[in-house]
Amino acid sequence: MCKDCGCETALENGGVHHHHVHADGTAHSHPHGHGHGHEHPDVEGATRTIAIQQRVLDHNDRIADENRNWLAARRIVALNLISSPGTGKTMLLERTIERIRDRVACAVIAGDQHTDNDKRRLDRTGVPVVQIETHSSCHLDAERISQVLPQVVRADTRLLFIENVGNLVCPAAFDLGESFKVGLLSTTEGEDKPVKYPVLFTGCRVVVLTKTDLIPHLDWDIAACRRYIQQVNPGVYLFELSAKTGDGLGNWCDYLEKLVM
Amino acid sequence: MHELSMAQALIEQVEKIQARENAGAVVSITVNIGALSGVDREAFEFAFPLAAADTPLAGAALVIVETPAEATCGECGAKSNPGLSGMRCGACGSHQIRITAGRDFLIQSIEVKGE
Repeated sequence: MCKDCGCETALENGGVHHHHVHADGTAHSHPHGHGHGHEHPDVEGATRTIAIQQRVLDHNDRIADENRNWLAARRIVALNLISSPGTGKTMLLERTIERIRDRVACAVIAGDQHTDNDKRRLDRTGVPVVQIETHSSCHLDAERISQVLPQVVRADTRLLFIENVGNLVCPAAFDLGESFKVGLLSTTEGEDKPVKYPVLFTGCRVVVLTKTDLIPHLDWDIAACRRYIQQVNPGVYLFELSAKTGDGLGNWCDYLEKLVM
Repeated sequence: MHELSMAQALIEQVEKIQARENAGAVVSITVNIGALSGVDREAFEFAFPLAAADTPLAGAALVIVETPAEATCGECGAKSNPGLSGMRCGACGSHQIRITAGRDFLIQSIEVKGE
């Protein structure tokens, strides 16, 4: 039993329970011996402030820079594709790779929480594909990418697609070492997604609007969507296409080919 | 909830700094959340104590400073703080702006025990 408060948890934890109230009023308790001092309000001394100004994701960002240098040394353009689940990233990649693979050597890293379903679909394109299952994590990070780069990249690879976990929020915050981010949005989502999720849509160089073949069947305003995209990211490259019918796919593929020329 | 990964990254970094500076116990950590950093303040406030539990930083206070997005206008040259849903110059309304601040999520400082 804890000698300070009489609670039973101390013995269950296998240690002595210890309660603090700090000078700033914060209180907590913990077992002894975890490296934390024994300060009490009556003996609390002076404090000093250490200025830092360092990115919280510094560790990730350093690895991302290493990835970027590694890719640049091999003259590979890497695109980080980010969208909600169901926007059609995998299908867009299937149709895109089929069109350009004879001229541009591609590779794919596919991120999902679970399953290698995307890999199995993309394997049919014949290009190297590595699946990363993130399990509890909602995004890919630079370290995961660095672990699979040597596996997926071949001597002739020029274009690497990184299909991030379907999620408009979290992946936008993690630099993977890509050349740039591509934000995707489908016509079955709200036209105002770009203003609802501005972190991604202001941070990407290209926006791809997918499933345009469905527009006639939907009450969906493409002009409004274009306006919202311009609002958050004036001058962004916008591609409007249907991977299913092939409409607009040519422009997108031409753009990709020019990137690696 | 990528804020939990971020809280873990924050704790690892602070522990490294603490060791490097040979500093005493951490009393508080001040972070700076940029409006375009993709970090949600409330989610981070929720995640931090969870990530800090059972580490030497359990009980350290979290102080959050928020930085708005800042942009410089390519047409009139003015600096302004555009709202996230309308990236335009606050002075002339032009869309030709370049984001100059607000993307970062920084550890600003730590307050530690001792001289």
